Amino acid sequence: MGHRTPLYDAHLAAGGKMVDFGGWDMPINYGSQIEEHHQVRRHAGMFDVSHMNVVDVSGTGARDFLRRLLANDVDRVEQGRALYSAMLNEQGGVVDDLIVYRRAQDYRLILNCGTREKDMAWLQQQSAGFDVAINAQPQLAIIAIQGPNALQLAGPLLPEAEAVQALKPFHFFESGDWLLARTGYTGEDGVEVILPASEAVEFWQKLHAAGVAFCGLGARDTLRLEAGMNLYGNDMDDTTTPLEAGMAWTLVFNDRDFIGRAALEAQQVRGHNVLVGLIMEAKGVLRAHQKVFTNAGEGEITSGSFSPTLGISVALARVPVGSAGDAEVEIRNKKVPVKIVRPPFVRNGKQVFKLL
Amino acid sequence: MSNIPTELRYAKSHEWIRLEDDGTAYVGISEHAQDAMGDLVYVELPEVGDVFAASDETGVVESVKAASDIYAPVSGEIVAINEALADNPELVNQDCYGDGWLYRIKVTDKFELDELLSADEYSAEIDEEDED
Repeated sequence: MGHRTPLYDAHLAAGGKMVDFGGWDMPINYGSQIEEHHQVRRHAGMFDVSHMNVVDVSGTGARDFLRRLLANDVDRVEQGRALYSAMLNEQGGVVDDLIVYRRAQDYRLILNCGTREKDMAWLQQQSAGFDVAINAQPQLAIIAIQGPNALQLAGPLLPEAEAVQALKPFHFFESGDWLLARTGYTGEDGVEVILPASEAVEFWQKLHAAGVAFCGLGARDTLRLEAGMNLYGNDMDDTTTPLEAGMAWTLVFNDRDFIGRAALEAQQVRGHNVLVGLIMEAKGVLRAHQKVFTNAGEGEITSGSFSPTLGISVALARVPVGSAGDAEVEIRNKKVPVKIVRPPFVRNGKQVFKLL
Repeated sequence: MSNIPTELRYAKSHEWIRLEDDGTAYVGISEHAQDAMGDLVYVELPEVGDVFAASDETGVVESVKAASDIYAPVSGEIVAINEALADNPELVNQDCYGDGWLYRIKVTDKFELDELLSADEYSAEIDEEDED
């Protein structure tokens, strides 16, 4: 038996097919992951992501600590805004990717579930010498409501409904113990709610009664892939730098000597592989670790799946720089044609990719 | 608990087969198999006229999760394939014993059906599998 979120029984009651996810019992779908995917692109769906790691970083040294720890700069965001960043090791490899919410009193970090122990040890180790407190918040749950109708349906059920409607993308506010953010991992509009675990079940049930569909981790993966969003463990890990993972836009090189900076600067000089998108018009499904053959050399798929919105398979792949145009992927000993594109593949429910 | 119709015969590789009066048989995959695969996105079927021996690979079902080979439960010649699956592979998930049939095969030797599993035997097979 793995860890369970406050919504575990609710998932079972809704017909959730439970699987192990990083040591947690989570719903992969409630019947059809493809239907759930369509619900998010066309209407509104919700995900229980309470297995993720909420960590509050406080103290007079919090700002300096995070400016050293993170590859992105928390000074870029004022109070009430969220920031996506990588956290690097000294070799420039990604320890984890995370969101930082800059609050009035501190910074709230949302880190991945699968890297929990590694991240906590790393945070503790790197905090030496800073006046900072690092506190995980296991008493909180997280529910992500995503889709074109997400705000319309969830708004009336949230505290300060008008303030929710007025939230700008990547902004958030707090009401009591609830944190409401216009963020998401699907490429659709929506709101992510961090709330006390004791209130999660009731909120979840009210959302469902209002017409929001239950959505599992299977749909979450096809949605984020279509949106061109990385998945830690697939598209990057400790041995991959942000430059090799399409994350250069999250790096800020200014007056900070952040962990991994020197390694990145050296790699920029040496050159490195790049992350591209692939689309396959032929039948079949692109999958992680399949070999890719491009005009510039050989690479590998990091994330692949079927795209329910496009009706074809799409993937992210790490390939030599300069790769463009037509390529081939080796699937079960056959070479199948694919095209190299710039992600994302889908935005606001429509195909957006451009051929590279 | 998986739905396992008693009038069908089953292969260990999770295909079911239903013998018709005219000596042909419908073939598909079981409820257990479609549930394990998840939503199907592609079904690769044989062609009408193809001849197979029992246990030959006759096609592939592919879901978001994985690709899985389909094997011939018995020897014979393909006389029909379910064309609806090209555009609607989810029929296999929705109605694996009915509208989600894969192909129809002209059975060479009816006694090969006796070598397959009954519903009870197949049920025991998958119970053992689930315990792994």
